Amino acid sequence: MRDVLEQSTAVAGKALGPPLEPRPAIQGAPPDERHGRRSLLGQVERLESELACLFASSWPRKGLELSVPGRGGPRLLSLEELEGLRDDLVERVDHARRSLSDRTYLEERNRRRIEEMLLEPERHKWVRIGNEDIGEPGCRHWHVRPRWGLLGMLMNWWRVLISSGCPLAQGRRARGDPEPAT
Amino acid sequence: MGDPAPELGWVARELSEDFPHLGLQYLALSAQPGPSPEPVRRRLGALAGRLSGGHVVHMRQDPVPSAYRVFWRQVGIDPDTVRTPIERIALDRLIRGGLPSRNLLDDAITIATLETGVALTAFDGDLLEGPLGLRLARDAEPLGGSGRPLAGGQIVLSDAHRALAMLGGEVAADRCVGPSTRRIAIAAVQVKGVTQISVEEALWTVADTVGLPGELPSERW
Repeated sequence: MRDVLEQSTAVAGKALGPPLEPRPAIQGAPPDERHGRRSLLGQVERLESELACLFASSWPRKGLELSVPGRGGPRLLSLEELEGLRDDLVERVDHARRSLSDRTYLEERNRRRIEEMLLEPERHKWVRIGNEDIGEPGCRHWHVRPRWGLLGMLMNWWRVLISSGCPLAQGRRARGDPEPAT
Repeated sequence: MGDPAPELGWVARELSEDFPHLGLQYLALSAQPGPSPEPVRRRLGALAGRLSGGHVVHMRQDPVPSAYRVFWRQVGIDPDTVRTPIERIALDRLIRGGLPSRNLLDDAITIATLETGVALTAFDGDLLEGPLGLRLARDAEPLGGSGRPLAGGQIVLSDAHRALAMLGGEVAADRCVGPSTRRIAIAAVQVKGVTQISVEEALWTVADTVGLPGELPSERW
């Protein structure tokens, strides 16, 4: 969970480089500029909400780039800075949407493949698909393996083994150790 | 006796031109900082138990946390680097596995923020002069009475004379609540998308948790 929440921060840190110096205030914008500023602020609002939706939709997938560097705030941004921020957000939303779309397409294909593996395991020898490949949390995986080892390979007896989940945090109990109290 | 009405703070013209919904409200409390009593600790524990990973991931889509994220972005803060108050608390909860009690005021602010999502800041009420508000800092203006110099144009919470805190960040060391504080001023920043009822609820939650509402010295307010 921490990975997911911190991933964008880590990337943001790289992209930011040295901290930005706050710039002078925008003192009372002229009326024609005010309209432009309001419009840009509205666009930033919409794009940031869209980015938040994409973040929520992408969970638990990792590695999706969703960060847009700050502008040395809190302060009023100039019209040019607002335009730059808007453009960065547009680019990020567009990129994130495409990446997510590509991923979900692959995940859908993997889900279909799991069904095919279950129906005809002998046609998908040694294929292994994990929860990560279908965009779900956890460590479960589907693995096509021969029944009874070498004999199964020779006889073409294949089956899908479904793992029982994530390994135990404390590892396997050594033989002879007392069972932990529950 | 009904709940006290929060005081309405002022917002500088250049800020309200861009952000007509931006506001500041505050409440004065007679309270002494100290450790939290058992019921407050239990409440904090219960709130921590309600925060699951999935909840935190989807939090940024909830109306109030989302409103603060948007505002952070609009004023040039990356909300993934400088977290909004509720996201900061939620992330702390995930990292630490709980919400350990710190002191009564901090716990009250944590509880109010988690329940309402509203950004709150506390000051030593006896050290404030005049009504509170939001404005842009002047060039090299010190934070508080003698704090570090601020860059001109930064958005600050201020009283009639000096900058008290950066928006969403540092509070002046000489204006924050300390062991000798007897009156607390608790301020809530309201942005577009945060309803009046959420702000009042946040302030009253702190008041209920910390102690009885009080009055700040009238000769200075």
